[in-house]
Amino acid sequence: MHETMVAESLMEIIAEQAEINNAKPVTAKISCGTLNPVNDEVLRFAFEAIAKDTPCEGVTLKIEHKSIRAKCKDCDTIFDIDLSRPECSKCGGDDFELQPDAPLILEEIEFQTE
Amino acid sequence: MKKVDINKKILGENEKFALENLFFFTKQKKICLNIISSPGSGKTTILTKTINELKGKIKIGVIEGDIQTDIDAERIRATEAPAVQINTEGACHLSAVQINDALKQLPVEDLDLIFIENVGNLVCPSAFELGESGKIVVLSVPEGDDKPAKYPAIFAKSKALLINKIDLLDGGQVDFDIEKAKADARRLNKDIEIFPISARRGDGMDRWCDWLVNQVEKSAQ
Repeated sequence: MHETMVAESLMEIIAEQAEINNAKPVTAKISCGTLNPVNDEVLRFAFEAIAKDTPCEGVTLKIEHKSIRAKCKDCDTIFDIDLSRPECSKCGGDDFELQPDAPLILEEIEFQTE
Repeated sequence: MKKVDINKKILGENEKFALENLFFFTKQKKICLNIISSPGSGKTTILTKTINELKGKIKIGVIEGDIQTDIDAERIRATEAPAVQINTEGACHLSAVQINDALKQLPVEDLDLIFIENVGNLVCPSAFELGESGKIVVLSVPEGDDKPAKYPAIFAKSKALLINKIDLLDGGQVDFDIEKAKADARRLNKDIEIFPISARRGDGMDRWCDWLVNQVEKSAQ
């Protein structure tokens, strides 16, 4: 549900950039971590609804989900952790430290060129 | 096609207000705890019992977040603690700007501790920083011991976990493996403080209240 607010903020940034670059935005690439995920379908739906009749109408969202990583305290392996089955991918140990999660960011925008 | 690098936080606007709130709390030497849970886990009961238990020791104010009604703020005011109600009108979480506004309506100088009771929801509120000193997650035993595994984000980000309604474990009224819930939460967050409590009956409330007093003393130094 918080995707609506994400969509609104996203559209504001894209619209601002469209004006600065004086070009029509075509795709926006965003990425998020594991502890601050967005639901792709809900975000696209919300974005489409808000963007209608604005310069952002028709912009395609490319959404990348970045895995959170953890460091095993037994064997020092740094691995992509599956939080539903939290254990070291190498030794199976369950004593580990979570690494910082990737933030929810707008990475780049592609604009149409004449 | 022309590619332009942006690399901007999408919720940056929220984070701007969150930082402002954080500076405010730090400057005023106040503790602010953001309470997050599913609806019906007992957040408001925990708060009213905590306020009563700590009367004369620390002064508490509350920012209440709900989709609608001021039922919760009224329950807090009945304890004589100041409360501000925010109605999100459909939104599933509180935002930092709403806290910024609510703080102007609380007598912050007279308080030691400010609780924010977030909208009942174990998912969305964890994505919105409010500038709080820490998040407290509440899990009540009827919800099941699988919640830390199913909703890892909030357990990974919280300073403390309150396992509420433990009175229901008596006589096996509810199947809930408390050791499993604790172990799953600690696996995600080794520093999380865990308090099994029954706000209704009073179990474990003294340890939780001592911890709060300790947090307040630390921030005032």
